[in-house]
Amino acid sequence: MLTCLCDAFFGEVGIAAVRMLEHVGCTVEFNNAQTCCGQPPYNAGDWDSARKIADHAKRVFAGSDAPIVCASASCTAMLREGYALLYPGEPHVQAYELSEFLLTKMNVTEWPLLDPAPKVAFHRSCHGRGIHLGDSAERLLQMAGVQLIEFGATDQCCGFGGAFSVTHPKVSGEIGMEKLNRIRESGATEIVSGDMGCLMHLGGLIEKQNLMLRTRHYAELLAEAIPAKEAKLATPAG
Amino acid sequence: MPRPPVEAFARKLAQSTTDSVRRATTGASNARVATLDRTFKDPGSARHHAAAIKDYVLDHLGELLQQLEANCTSHGIRVHWAVDSASANEIIVGICRSAAPDGAIVAKAKSMATEEIHLNHHLEAAGFTPVETDLGEFIVQIDHDTPSHIVAPIIHKNRFDIAKSFEREKLGPYTEVPEELAMQARGHLRESFKSATIGVSGVNFAVAETGRLVIVENEGNNRLSTTAPRIHIAVMGIEKVLPREADLPLFLRLIAGSATGQRATTYMHGVLAPRRSDEPDGPDEVHLVLLDNGRSAVLHGDYREILRCIRCGACQNTCPVYRQTSGHAYGHVYSGPIGAVLAPALEGITAMGHLAKSSSLCGACEEVCPVQIPIPRMLLQLRDEAFRAGVARDSAPWSVYAFGATHPSTWRAGLKMLPLAEATPVPHPLKSGWGEFRELPHRRGRHFRAWWADRP
Repeated sequence: MLTCLCDAFFGEVGIAAVRMLEHVGCTVEFNNAQTCCGQPPYNAGDWDSARKIADHAKRVFAGSDAPIVCASASCTAMLREGYALLYPGEPHVQAYELSEFLLTKMNVTEWPLLDPAPKVAFHRSCHGRGIHLGDSAERLLQMAGVQLIEFGATDQCCGFGGAFSVTHPKVSGEIGMEKLNRIRESGATEIVSGDMGCLMHLGGLIEKQNLMLRTRHYAELLAEAIPAKEAKLATPAG
Repeated sequence: MPRPPVEAFARKLAQSTTDSVRRATTGASNARVATLDRTFKDPGSARHHAAAIKDYVLDHLGELLQQLEANCTSHGIRVHWAVDSASANEIIVGICRSAAPDGAIVAKAKSMATEEIHLNHHLEAAGFTPVETDLGEFIVQIDHDTPSHIVAPIIHKNRFDIAKSFEREKLGPYTEVPEELAMQARGHLRESFKSATIGVSGVNFAVAETGRLVIVENEGNNRLSTTAPRIHIAVMGIEKVLPREADLPLFLRLIAGSATGQRATTYMHGVLAPRRSDEPDGPDEVHLVLLDNGRSAVLHGDYREILRCIRCGACQNTCPVYRQTSGHAYGHVYSGPIGAVLAPALEGITAMGHLAKSSSLCGACEEVCPVQIPIPRMLLQLRDEAFRAGVARDSAPWSVYAFGATHPSTWRAGLKMLPLAEATPVPHPLKSGWGEFRELPHRRGRHFRAWWADRP
């Protein structure tokens, strides 16, 4: 699943995820009828609207036996845990976060090295905590030679929380700034994470404050490590 | 649209308060992890075990409470059942009146149950003089404040605030040294213990098997409050009962580690009976007030697991929202993640349902909870319930969003128009709410759907 944020703003993340999956031998399907997982109204408490969207998503994905992979712990958590609350008693949806899928389903143990090896601060998204991702994305990054800079609060919330960031902008922004300050103190200049929600929030704060930090999804880094020849097969010109 | 109370409170909070709260909560969170790692080979399975015991308690609550009552009664502890806070206050004031018809000093140990029923207010109205004997609660009392944390009631204050309060109350020469401040309070409180007729405490655990009331603390004031006065009244929420003595070691370690990062609290009292005829010290009467106050109703609903709570405050310490706002932002005795569920569960969705929205749903609370309460799941269910009840709805047109998200061509067309929306000068909540502290996101690089369609 592409996820709505990658659909709207961060298409490169979706492209990178496809390249990573193809690199390990997967055939990727993308149904152009997919939209959103339903999490925004679900978190807002409008479960009738959330169910309408979830029904649509379930119909879209029912057309294939392939497991659902998202480059987002947030959407994965919605498909797996959120739908379980929206539809009590129904079997859980088979959805995987990208790094989780690569490590546990594709048994990835090595990744092409990035040269030069980037040094980054890794932010663990809270939905990763919710679906027990642990350090799966960090492990992939380390396979590619990425150096992770310790800053002591990798799993501290970025403050986003969806609509929370709009209804509680001050609290949400302060939580994000606390995280950014810790990262800046560590000397890191790049923040890498597995959820574009977090990175959109942190990125918005960074831009407003003119901080010398950039944000990237880990898939963007890891796709960069895939050799160009192979990449050419997967990437059209332009 | 008015700002949610937690956000509104955060906006007027002094930076020094935020700093105090952040420092104390971060320190407590770090100590918690370090201690639990040293105490248990596998803290996760200890928490799982504790949750299972608590679920057993909730499944057998009626019979365990009857067993507790029978065992307490057999040792001479008088047991009272209070269906709500009014009846609890009536019972407690009644005991005080029969012990001291002309009023008396009531030495109070720290207790969230008595905060929940606003006991001090009722004691004062009935002509009694409650004196908070826990240092933090004492400061809350002299400042006419309210506790902002279930374990650390003055987490929102620093020693300079306290120094000024003590000077105002003429407790001794002005000092900012914490130890000297503590000694001043100690000297003052000693007199209250000597003259108090009645002592009131909470209960951390009550063992059904034996009828033992267990209270943990660090200052020793609880021991004085429960042994020096002639009457001891213990107030406990009905969910605090444990089946067996053998369950205590696990819970005593978990509460000490989770609350204050200690391997054991400085004091642990077991109250089994009033003073026997051959004993020199202790109260002549011990009363146990079992407080329901909405708990039975919670037991049979979606928020049942919230009754596992042992009031350690670990969820408050780890919560990023609590850290930025302090407990007062929540407008309830119970604040932070536990309060965001417990307050609406006990007092109804209309009064307190808005608190479920004051969370980023980060899940840190569930991760640290010593009894594995699924707080994020309950916050989501509360949001659903609140939405259906028309409480704290945001202004987002979710039905319109749902229409777009179920009509793919509309969805795709809408996404193409996003840059236009960004450029429109029309104000909307997304722009004002989001844009006050952050820039709006910009499209970065290629569009996925176009890339996918163009693949060879």
